[in-house]
Amino acid sequence: MLSRVAENLYWYGRYLERAEDLGRMINVNAHLMLDLPRRLAPGWGPLVRITGSQALFDELHDSADERQVVRFLLAEPRHGGSVLSCLAQARENLRAARDLVPREVWEQTNDLYLMARERLAGQLAKRARHEFIVSVICRCQQLIGMLADTMSHDHAWDFILLGRYHERADMTTRILDVRSAHLLRGVDNTQPFDQLQWMSVLKSLTAYQMYRRHVRLRVSGTDVLRFLLGNPLFPRSVSFCLEAVAERLHALPGHEATLVAVGRAQRMIDQADVHELVDGGLSAFVDRLQVELIAIGDRISQTWFLTEASE
Amino acid sequence: MRYALGGIHEPGFGLRGGLNNLSSDAQDWRYHSDFYDELIGPRGGPRAAARRLWKYLRRLDRGELVERRDACEIAALVAGISFRVYHDEGSADRAMPFDLIPRVISLREWEKTRLGLEQRVTALNLFIDDLYGDQKIVADGVFPAEILAGSVGFREPCRGVQPRYGVWAHICGSDLVRDADGTLYVLEDNLRVPSGVSYMLENRQVMKKVFPELFENIDIQPVDDYPARLFDTLASLSPRPADYPVVVVLTPGMFNSAYFEHAWLAQQMGVELVEGRDLVVDDDNCVFMRTIHGLEQVDVIYRRIDDAFLDPEVFRQDSLLGVPGLMRSWRAGKVGLANAPGAGVADDKVVYSYVPDIIRYYLDQDPLVPNVPTWRCSIRSELDHVLANIDQLVVKPANESGGYGMLIGPHATRKERDQFKRLIKADPRNYIAQPTLAISTCPTLVGSQVSPRHVDLRPFILSGDQQYVTTGGLTRVAMRAGSLVVNSSQGGGSKDTWIVDTDGGDD
Repeated sequence: MLSRVAENLYWYGRYLERAEDLGRMINVNAHLMLDLPRRLAPGWGPLVRITGSQALFDELHDSADERQVVRFLLAEPRHGGSVLSCLAQARENLRAARDLVPREVWEQTNDLYLMARERLAGQLAKRARHEFIVSVICRCQQLIGMLADTMSHDHAWDFILLGRYHERADMTTRILDVRSAHLLRGVDNTQPFDQLQWMSVLKSLTAYQMYRRHVRLRVSGTDVLRFLLGNPLFPRSVSFCLEAVAERLHALPGHEATLVAVGRAQRMIDQADVHELVDGGLSAFVDRLQVELIAIGDRISQTWFLTEASE
Repeated sequence: MRYALGGIHEPGFGLRGGLNNLSSDAQDWRYHSDFYDELIGPRGGPRAAARRLWKYLRRLDRGELVERRDACEIAALVAGISFRVYHDEGSADRAMPFDLIPRVISLREWEKTRLGLEQRVTALNLFIDDLYGDQKIVADGVFPAEILAGSVGFREPCRGVQPRYGVWAHICGSDLVRDADGTLYVLEDNLRVPSGVSYMLENRQVMKKVFPELFENIDIQPVDDYPARLFDTLASLSPRPADYPVVVVLTPGMFNSAYFEHAWLAQQMGVELVEGRDLVVDDDNCVFMRTIHGLEQVDVIYRRIDDAFLDPEVFRQDSLLGVPGLMRSWRAGKVGLANAPGAGVADDKVVYSYVPDIIRYYLDQDPLVPNVPTWRCSIRSELDHVLANIDQLVVKPANESGGYGMLIGPHATRKERDQFKRLIKADPRNYIAQPTLAISTCPTLVGSQVSPRHVDLRPFILSGDQQYVTTGGLTRVAMRAGSLVVNSSQGGGSKDTWIVDTDGGDD
């Protein structure tokens, strides 16, 4: 497979995952706003911080109210991280690699973008918005399902999944960081709404139900962090994502250096002391983890992509 | 002369007034064209090859027709059939307008045309091979040396190269138009990087989805083997004797107007679609592509990049699209290139006017498919004729494609004609003129009404170890009433083209 095309497929996987994760975040946030007492409600500002686009947002808007934030995250054309931009990027990346995936996958990806563009052209009422986001999430999942069951599990597939899990690991760390920021005041679960708020962190990652099945205890900060960072079975935990990345890497030629980078990130999580993290160390920890994730991306790009391969 | 097709909605017949909407769903089948029509004969009935199609269409009411058209559009949109249009605000994808009423040609007529196209491309390849070789045709006084000297398509670095089979134009797209008396003429040959074949094949896919019953009942010749034939043609150019030569399609990239087609062809042939930056030429003049496994040698390149951008070592040095060293490799016989660099020397519109002479010179045969009569402004007497009769002529620059930079005399203003006269006088070698043909029409669904629209036809001819002509070709249609401009970049659309075995005769 061409290096350039491998790069396109990897980014297809990343953008598709990013669009899906953003959608989940917006819908979950809307629920949280209804569930939590107003003084504890997270507001909409954190969503902008999660996507790392505060500067652009401030340039375009004067307040972080629901309408402006959601519009910014769903449809802002100047925001490269909006759902619509992600779907457009997914489509453009796949367009360059469409000969490697089943025709239906290209057709559905194309159609998903066209549908989103059409729906987002006008104003979206809250209920319509919820349904729209659910349909984006479902269709992203459907695309991965179609790929899993109709395309050969060859290197093209490896690169799509590589992008997908790399992106998800990145997203999970971002969400953990921003969502937990105001909860990290020491371990004090007696405060009436702490449990609710840690639940909200879980819900942001669609992890609440699975957490309950695995942990079977009342929700506590340390358990939540342990679960979201290190649970080997929950497919949105950082550890699970890194394991999935490693699994794809094994199939690719010349994977040694990248595997070492993944191992380093994995070790960081294994050795993390969740009590210390809850005690205020999380933000610095996530920063270091992000550096490791970026290093994995650099190794991938140096090993297989065109950008670095042209000596 | 106006004639009625009758049937569902006879003119003057039907309920008037308030009850009129009872029959408003019926399609108005009074169809009339002032030109030769591809489907409808002079007495108003369908031509033999189109009889069953017409009968079928006539049974559809207005709503059903529009419904089918919408189904076609959705199928095309979902398939991502698009091309890029360039304008001031950047480029954008636009779905190519597709008309659901096919153009039909009888198998018997097509067989004659096919032979004529094979003859023509054979002669053109002999001509190109000669120009880059001994130039016998010039020495023998059949083709003027000054025309060759002024050719912008002639590539000096190609002198002395001997491509396999003597073939330079492996993929040729020739544009055919039909005049008032029903004669098909070759309007131009595209020997550089002709496009449109993917639309031909996708249009058929769309039609099969939307009108499956027609394909069950009418003997329509299939078109689907083109990608396999193209692959065989390309594979026959491989310099390495191998069972599975490595063939690639070289595209300028996603922002090219024909990118959809490049990707589509690569996919259909099961080969890699590469860009210039994916390829590298080593010190032994071999071409490699960069893959996740490292470098892999490439045997044949179907290049969809113009000569000028192909190799910055030889042609334009500022080209980022090409591959440095590609010409070295090709001249050393280490890689096959289709079409060969320099093949464009023969699709210049002045050279076009010599094609009948070229056919006679190399093959000692008369052309089976005629040229449109052409005046060359490079010749004094013909120049005078063109200047005097510019209001009745179509004037074209020798080296423009896509319908750009031409003057349609009868439709132009006096100011535009005067401006063109000055352009011609300043550079007569660069212009030819042709009579405005009464180009044929085909019934086309416009809005919810079936109306005549002008069409042309672009068949594709493959040449390698064997020759192959597509079954029919891409029918392009000018969607605006009266317009003759069929180019997709200027709002033209396309139709499916049926070659139908009627078992009977033509009418």
